[in-house]
This record gives sequence, structure tokens and C-alpha cells, in this order.
Amino acid sequence: MTIGVLALQGDVREHVAALADLGEVARPVRVPADLDGIDGIVLPGGESTTLSMLLASSGVGDALGDALAAGLPAFGTCAGLILLATDVRDGRPDQRSFGAIELTVRRNGYGRQAESFECTLSVPAVGDDPVPAVFIRAPVIEAVGPDVDVLAELPAAPGSTGGARPVVCRQGPVLVAAHHPELTGDRRLHRLFVELVKEHRETRR
Amino acid sequence: MADDPSTAASTGTFTVKRGLADMLRGGVIMDVVDAEQAKIAEDAGAVAVMALERVPADIRRDGGVARMSDPALIEGIQAAVTVPVMAKARIGHFAEAQVLAALGVDFVDESEVLTPADEAHHIDKWAFTVPFVCGATNLGEALRRISEGAAMIRSKGEAGTGNIVEAVRHLRSILGDIRRLTQADPAELYGWAKDLRAPIGLVRDVASTGRLPVPLFCAGGIATPADASLVMQLGAEAVFVGSGIFKSDDPARRARAIVEATAHFADAALVAKVSTGLGEAMPGAEIATLDVKLAERGW
Repeated sequence: MTIGVLALQGDVREHVAALADLGEVARPVRVPADLDGIDGIVLPGGESTTLSMLLASSGVGDALGDALAAGLPAFGTCAGLILLATDVRDGRPDQRSFGAIELTVRRNGYGRQAESFECTLSVPAVGDDPVPAVFIRAPVIEAVGPDVDVLAELPAAPGSTGGARPVVCRQGPVLVAAHHPELTGDRRLHRLFVELVKEHRETRR
Repeated sequence: MADDPSTAASTGTFTVKRGLADMLRGGVIMDVVDAEQAKIAEDAGAVAVMALERVPADIRRDGGVARMSDPALIEGIQAAVTVPVMAKARIGHFAEAQVLAALGVDFVDESEVLTPADEAHHIDKWAFTVPFVCGATNLGEALRRISEGAAMIRSKGEAGTGNIVEAVRHLRSILGDIRRLTQADPAELYGWAKDLRAPIGLVRDVASTGRLPVPLFCAGGIATPADASLVMQLGAEAVFVGSGIFKSDDPARRARAIVEATAHFADAALVAKVSTGLGEAMPGAEIATLDVKLAERGW
């Protein structure tokens, strides 16, 4: 299979390496033609405002929007999650939202860099062992649509009034993570995405 | 849940610091002196802004001691934009860095553009939760800064000149030595560590991976989209633009053009398109005519 990695800005190399580790061909996507023939797309971490601007100017935004509407499997991490969500708070009005997964997200919802953190997550969908997770100025998922599966959540912070927060979600062929699985050596979430892409390909045959 | 394997969160780890540097790769970090400029920078697609009172070209012109900016200025810029905000502390001035950390800046630049506060020691960056970027002119300097805890390295170039020649020299020196290091045999690495005045562990790491253990960005002299394309093709992973934007004729357009050229650095047709009709770039300076060479600050 060939999996595209949006390569306009952000930590593209780590996603390419993760897919290569799993034996998949990763193709950097910078212009609309790069989308031809891909079986899925990864939207990396980066700055979502910058990515939005470059998606518009390169023409990739419209072409990718059409592909996602037609069911292209996608995996978004951090900024990539923001781009894929239906509803973005504290963003810019001109920010791109592909609306591929029914989520309400708040940009930088965990705070500034001083509040960025790492921890481990329980993600039963990929196995019993804890999954290392790095959250960098991460978006908070504030609400999920009825068809969204929550695959992992962060327990409520001690003393906070809020409940547990979803951090890994899936709706059909779209997978998102508020953290950066690509920054750790743990490939299980990428493997889950590759499986989603395979499944999707087979159902389309 | 009793069997929940989730662990408590740790902030300020090296992974978390370096992670923000990674997220800025492929982008442009712009110097801004007020909220209005910060908004122009964000509108143009900046991945982050550097909040300071005077851009390097003005610091160079004015002379005197250049210090950390007024916290009010930094807070005004933080309130104006959603992208990360960086700010500069003097080399070795850990109290300025503590103030910047207390203000909640996302990255501290321990910068030779400001007047150094310590002629022998840089800041112990491991002591901080906030990540640091430091300038370097060669591989040894880069590795010494990383050994002190820097989470990002940038070329020093020669800030405030609009002249790319020094940044190119520094990138070629760092990246050329990395390439040579990957060819060295294990015994030779001790000689390299001695010559570079850098810890053997970091030297071994670079020899085996072929890259620095933190992102390498370019700063110091970028004034045009083609400058950005040049340094990205040489191997920089992102660019800082200081005086080059707001000392030019049409800052908003030039800022956006440099963002496009950085993202699509290998696409010469695109760089040509965004370079067309940009107006005057910032006035440049020959390095030989400078009274003060900022790149010589730092040890």
C-alpha cells in the first residue's frame, strides 16, 4: 500500500519512518498530484494555522477535502487532529477544518509549552501494555459525536472539575490522537491505522 | 480504574522540549516587536514568533547594551497570537531566562544578538522546564550547547545584516562535519571529541545517526524567499527571519513568500513565483564592514 504523509510543515520525517518500520510505502504530499493513488493519508503534528495556509495555497486542501469526503482513510496527530475535526475552538476563523471526524477540539487546550507533558496511556484497542504518549501544546477534545469511538482517555486531573478527556478517537476510517505517537518508538497506533487502511481497501473491492 | 496503566504526567522532559522544536520544522519563525507585527506574522503563516524590543538591525545601529525585552511587550504579543511565542535572554543570564519562563514563553533563545552577561558560561538549560534554542557556528559549539540542555540549535549567521553568507558558512561547517563524522571509525571519535571540545557520548550519537540529536534551524541573514530555499536545501530544518521581514518594503507579502519558499524549498518554479514583485528587501551589509560580529559571542 502507499500511504501519503502531508509534508507541508511539521514532524513529517517521524511519520514516514513509522510507516516504513511497518513495511508500508510513505509518500510525502506537497501538491495535489501527490494524492493520486494513495490508500490513506497521515496528517502530522505542526502548527495548524501554518498548515491551513499552506493547504490553501498549494491546492492540496481542496483536493484532500474531496478525497476525505469520498472516504480516504486518515490518521491525524495533534495539529492533524485539529485539521480533521468538525469543530475547532480558539482557532483562527480562516482555519481549515476537513470535518472528517465529529469532534469539538480546543487548540492548545492543555496550555502553553510549560504545560506540555508526557505520560503513558491505556489503549485497549492496541493491547494491554501502556502506550507512551507525548503531548505538545496539545488540543483538548471537548466533545465527541455519537459515531465516534473513544480508544483512550486521560484520567481527570486530581482536583479538577472536568472528567476524563478523550485523546485517541476513531470514526470509520479516520483515526486521531491528541498526542504524538510518531515521536515514540511505539508503532502500535500506526499499525492500527495501517490495519484500518487495509480493511477499507478490502471493503472497497 | 485500579488496573489503569496510565502514569502521571511529567512536564519539562527533554522529549517534551525537543518535541516542540520538532513541530516547528519546515516553518518560519519571525521576529516581531509588537502585537500588530505578531498578527501580520501569524496571518502570513509563521510557525512561531520571536518577541523582542528591537530587531537585530536596529540593535546593531543603536549600539549599547541589548537586554531581555520588557515583560509587557512579551505579554502583549502572547495575547495577540495563538502560535508559540519565543523570547531572547542574554548568554549566561539565567535570571532573564527565569523571568521569561515565569511569563510562560514557549521557547527561550539564549542569544548572541543580546549583549552577553557571562563571558565563560552559558545557561544551565537542564535546570529549566522551558525549552531553549542556542546559536552555533560549528559542530563543537552546537554539541556544547546540547550538552547544556538546548533543545534546538540554529546557525548564528550574522544577525541584522540581510547577508546570508555567514549562515551558509555555519550550516556548511556543522553539516559538513556531521557527514565526515559518520565516516570516522570508533577510535577516531575520541579525537573528534577532543577537537570539537564536545562530550564523546554526543559525538558517538551524531556519528551513528548522521544528524544532531535536536533540530537544526537556520538564523542570521535571511532576507528573501531564495535565501530560505538555499538554507533548507543545504540541510536546515526551518528558518528564523529577524530583520528581513519588517525592514522590507512589504512585510506581509514578503513574510508569506518566505513561508511558501520554506515549505516548498525544492520547487524552484514556486520560489520564482513567490519572489516576483516583492519590492525592496531589507538593506544589506557587507560582513567586512561590520564593527561588531555578533557570531563571535558565545563559547
